[in-house]
Amino acid sequence: MLELNYFLVLSALLFSIGVVGVLVRRNAMIIFMCIELMLNAINISLVAFSSFLGNDSGQIFVFFVLTVAAAEAAVGLAIVISLFRNKESLDIDKINILKW
Amino acid sequence: MNIETIIFLVFGITAVVSAVLMVTRKNPIISAIFLILNFFTVAVIYLLLKAQFIAIIQVLVYMGAIMVLFLFVIMLLNLKENKKPSEYSFKKITAILISILLALLLGTSVYFGFQGKQMNEVAEKIGTAESLGRTLFTTYSFHVLAAGMLLLAAIVGAVMLAKKKFE
Repeated sequence: MLELNYFLVLSALLFSIGVVGVLVRRNAMIIFMCIELMLNAINISLVAFSSFLGNDSGQIFVFFVLTVAAAEAAVGLAIVISLFRNKESLDIDKINILKW
Repeated sequence: MNIETIIFLVFGITAVVSAVLMVTRKNPIISAIFLILNFFTVAVIYLLLKAQFIAIIQVLVYMGAIMVLFLFVIMLLNLKENKKPSEYSFKKITAILISILLALLLGTSVYFGFQGKQMNEVAEKIGTAESLGRTLFTTYSFHVLAAGMLLLAAIVGAVMLAKKKFE
């Protein structure tokens, strides 16, 4: 039978792969996709806890995570478009106005 | 090994492999397509967890709406591929080592911390659209309104950010 910890290990692995992507890749689009991957990994553990404990609050929380992910995708892609319009590049090493 | 374990292994391994491929591919379009594959496998995992409505929402919203938006923007921007080979700097190797450490820490603590838990019997009942909708619109009705306001703010913000110049 499937146990709770299998799903949690899968979630931990996907989250860590997302962390690698955010830290290693230099393309702003791919960093953005890795953030979506990490949100998805968290959703797996929320749904797993919800099913195994028999409480539906976890699945409700997944809805709000989805809402925030959709809003974040809309605003983030708008930022990416306006960055590309000004810099002609999505390399985050070249986007350094706020760095010091 | 029963059928559920086999399905979990097949789709779990596919999820991890497609996530690794997504991080390592150079072309952003191929990365996005591997991310879509990963979202599909995660939807199957939700079905194994008896969360049918969440699985459908995952396919509709993540694969259908958010990833189409991503692909649209990637193709719109016409990114030039940088020809220089990826160098293995000190920063990158440190980042990968720290992430492997994070995976080991999270994985072992979660694996040994939650051993022997079996699926709850009411899990099949709480995953349906009926049960989730009842909770969502009674207990969490205020939060639904707040989420609606958040989406409205996101739409207005996205339009303002993507405009050519402020008038």
